[in-house]
Amino acid sequence: MSPALLLLLALGLGLVGWLAGRARAAAFRTGMPGQRLSALPNYHGWYVALWIVIPLLAFVALWAFAAPELVTQSVLASPAGQALPAAGMERATMLAEARAVAAGSARAVFNPDAQALVLPFRAAMTRYGWIGTVLALIIALAAGAFAYLRVKPELRARTRVERVVMAVLLLASLIAILTTLGIFLSLVFETVRFFGMVSPIDFLTGTMWGPDTMAAVDRTDPSLYGAVPLFWGTIFIGAIIAMLVAIPLGLMSAIYLTQYAHPRARRWIKPTLEILAGVPTVVYGYFAALTVAPFIRDAALMLGVDNPSSESALAAGLVMGVMIIPFVSSMADDSIAAVPDSMRDGSLALGATANETIRRVLVPAALPGIVAGVMLAVSRAIGETMIVVMAASTAANLTANPLEAMTTVTVQIVALLTSEGSFDHPATLAAFALGFVLFLVTLALNFFALSVVKRFREAYD
Amino acid sequence: MTSPVPSEPALQHVAPTRTDAFARRLKQRYRAERHFRLAGLSAIVFSVAVLVFLLFNMTVNGIGGFQRTVLEVPIDLSQAQLMLPAGVDDEVAVVRSLQEQGLSEIVTAATRQALGEDAAAQLGIDAWRTIGEDVANDPALLGTRATYQLPVTDSLSSAFAGEGSADLQPLARALATHGVLHEAFDPGFLARSDATDSQTVGIWSALKGSLLTMAVTLALAFPIGVLAALYLEEYAPRNRWTDIIEVSINNLAAVPSIIFGLLGLAVFLAIFPNMRSAPLIGGMTLALMTMPVIVISGRNAIKAVPPSIRDGALAIGASHIQVVFHHVLPLALPGILTGTIIGMARALGETAPLLMIGMRAFVATPPHGFTDPATALPVQIFLWSDEVDRGFVERTSAAIIVLLGVLLLMNALAIYLRNKFEKRW
Repeated sequence: MSPALLLLLALGLGLVGWLAGRARAAAFRTGMPGQRLSALPNYHGWYVALWIVIPLLAFVALWAFAAPELVTQSVLASPAGQALPAAGMERATMLAEARAVAAGSARAVFNPDAQALVLPFRAAMTRYGWIGTVLALIIALAAGAFAYLRVKPELRARTRVERVVMAVLLLASLIAILTTLGIFLSLVFETVRFFGMVSPIDFLTGTMWGPDTMAAVDRTDPSLYGAVPLFWGTIFIGAIIAMLVAIPLGLMSAIYLTQYAHPRARRWIKPTLEILAGVPTVVYGYFAALTVAPFIRDAALMLGVDNPSSESALAAGLVMGVMIIPFVSSMADDSIAAVPDSMRDGSLALGATANETIRRVLVPAALPGIVAGVMLAVSRAIGETMIVVMAASTAANLTANPLEAMTTVTVQIVALLTSEGSFDHPATLAAFALGFVLFLVTLALNFFALSVVKRFREAYD
Repeated sequence: MTSPVPSEPALQHVAPTRTDAFARRLKQRYRAERHFRLAGLSAIVFSVAVLVFLLFNMTVNGIGGFQRTVLEVPIDLSQAQLMLPAGVDDEVAVVRSLQEQGLSEIVTAATRQALGEDAAAQLGIDAWRTIGEDVANDPALLGTRATYQLPVTDSLSSAFAGEGSADLQPLARALATHGVLHEAFDPGFLARSDATDSQTVGIWSALKGSLLTMAVTLALAFPIGVLAALYLEEYAPRNRWTDIIEVSINNLAAVPSIIFGLLGLAVFLAIFPNMRSAPLIGGMTLALMTMPVIVISGRNAIKAVPPSIRDGALAIGASHIQVVFHHVLPLALPGILTGTIIGMARALGETAPLLMIGMRAFVATPPHGFTDPATALPVQIFLWSDEVDRGFVERTSAAIIVLLGVLLLMNALAIYLRNKFEKRW
């Protein structure tokens, strides 16, 4: 039975249980006037429905893991299964092929020997499909009947149902922890494997980057896994060029919007600026690669630069800076607005002009918040992928010339993982190590920025 | 009436302030003020100008992407002795049957007869399919002679635009002067799938892949996000566990999207190894990314519901669960929905995690289910942007216009919901 069908079955049986439970509880109420139910009939309905649906879904989940194994066992026990080669790749591929054909996901087998297995597979699948369905029905009916018989006037159905609801709520919020843990563990796991092949010191201090995805696994050359050029490219594009664009523009727009602009103009300009943050990064990447990069190349040629790269760090950095503007601007906006009015009024009352007040009073007072905003923006910029994948180069280059091609951590992660390497190859694992470094750096930046913002907010409250 | 004049002798003890130096300084300070104000304004003007230029650039390029070069060929199907398959009204089956009856050769022969050998050689590979689909929709065409607009090859198309190889440009000019070769609006761009030839590509398979992926994302992220927000805002005890949950949600909201791709690759694809490129896996990966956004916006919406409503419900005997599900949640729902739509819009434009889990395959048929290989609209844009052909530049921009259009619709819906339903307490 398909998962969707099983889900529908569970919902249908649950509905039946709900109706039955409610009807029984309602019957108590009409049957014995004057007697109070401990819970409304609806809750009795929910009580029965949950008793049906939860065991049923638990069984289905269990069965989804158990059934394929049982099917394989029964096929192996059949005459065709006995004739299989003893062990190894061939046996596994033949089984997989026959299973795919029997399940209808493949049209025919490549290996003619596997054809004999298709029929046993199909038979076993049908048989275990039926067994599973019957078992599911029995479990649902038994649990439902049990719950139905427990529906009594004095049953505290609401308390019990609410306990389940609370458990579901708790589970939902635990998923966040699970995700964090999943990210952390999967990155750590692959990174440790990578460091088994290439020492962390070579990785973090080497200046040559050029993993050979074709090289044999046991002949890894650690000197080709020096990630310093990638770190430098990431910092140069994301934290230097992009910030040179985003900080002045973002800060000045925030100042103009909060201090000078007419409220009506502000109401229109602010959402317009925020569109910049809503444009998908792949669109920025396309813009950078197709319009900005050739323009910069031509401009550099006109200025007499020899052979400027058409995948320059400058193009990617500039476009990334534009993308970050609303981010810096809204953070600066918030922290300037958090400065108490009395400070501004005091400065203006002493005769300072508006810009003197802003530069000497408001911005210094809001500085922690602005710095935190910039740090969040940097963490955003160094984790940004599509702009650099499309506009920056894949060639690692340790230089401070913005017209040269440069690569970043995210570009290399994409390049290494889209080249169809195996999971045991150091080049593939290197992508996870790079991801781990990226994860730690963005986490540290965010953590630090948020604690600055928090302390700053407390100072004025 | 005269205003009282300040007594002269009192002022004479104070040094004069309105000196020339003071006036100069004041002038300078006012000038600095004007410059500063101008700098602020120009920062905004620059940012908006970049945005306008970006959108303008995409639109201008993209308009060409909704057109394609067509060749007008008169074909008399009444002499071809084509038969419609009996008892089949499925378009795909009809087209396949016509193909088996040699429609492709008939079309090429007719073109050769009407426009010459060179023109027939430049007919798009799928040209006959256009006719087949027309016939399937209107069987009466089989008995008549009609002029069809057929797609041409990439080379002829770029020759028509005055680019590409010089060999074909005379042919393109000759055909154009006869009025049989021209650009025509191409509604099929929204209905076809990826192809190797820019003249026959379409975005339907990518769009459908995106829709399937978004459906999975919504189905997972919305309930989990809302329930987690309710728990954290309404029930969570102040303890270490709650702190850990809050910290991890805030961190997840800031983790670069590509890291989620790595998670999807290392965990989801390890559990379901034969579902590479499937919308199910893509949706699960994006759901993890969207969930924190929904939790954070959901908590803000729940926080905005005034305590008096909770107190009132508790006072007349509702349980904690009833208070939340009967009163708080319905009132917070518009705010939660707004946050959800914004989170979904971000997920829809996301590319990097999908690249990681392999949704970058060449997909020539639209996915039929959640486990079929698929690609997504932003990934399709990325794939096309790598093509050197001029035709693909326009197609890419056209796909970007479609993507931006969908995002615009989603954001407009979010703004509408906010204005219509959000209550200020």
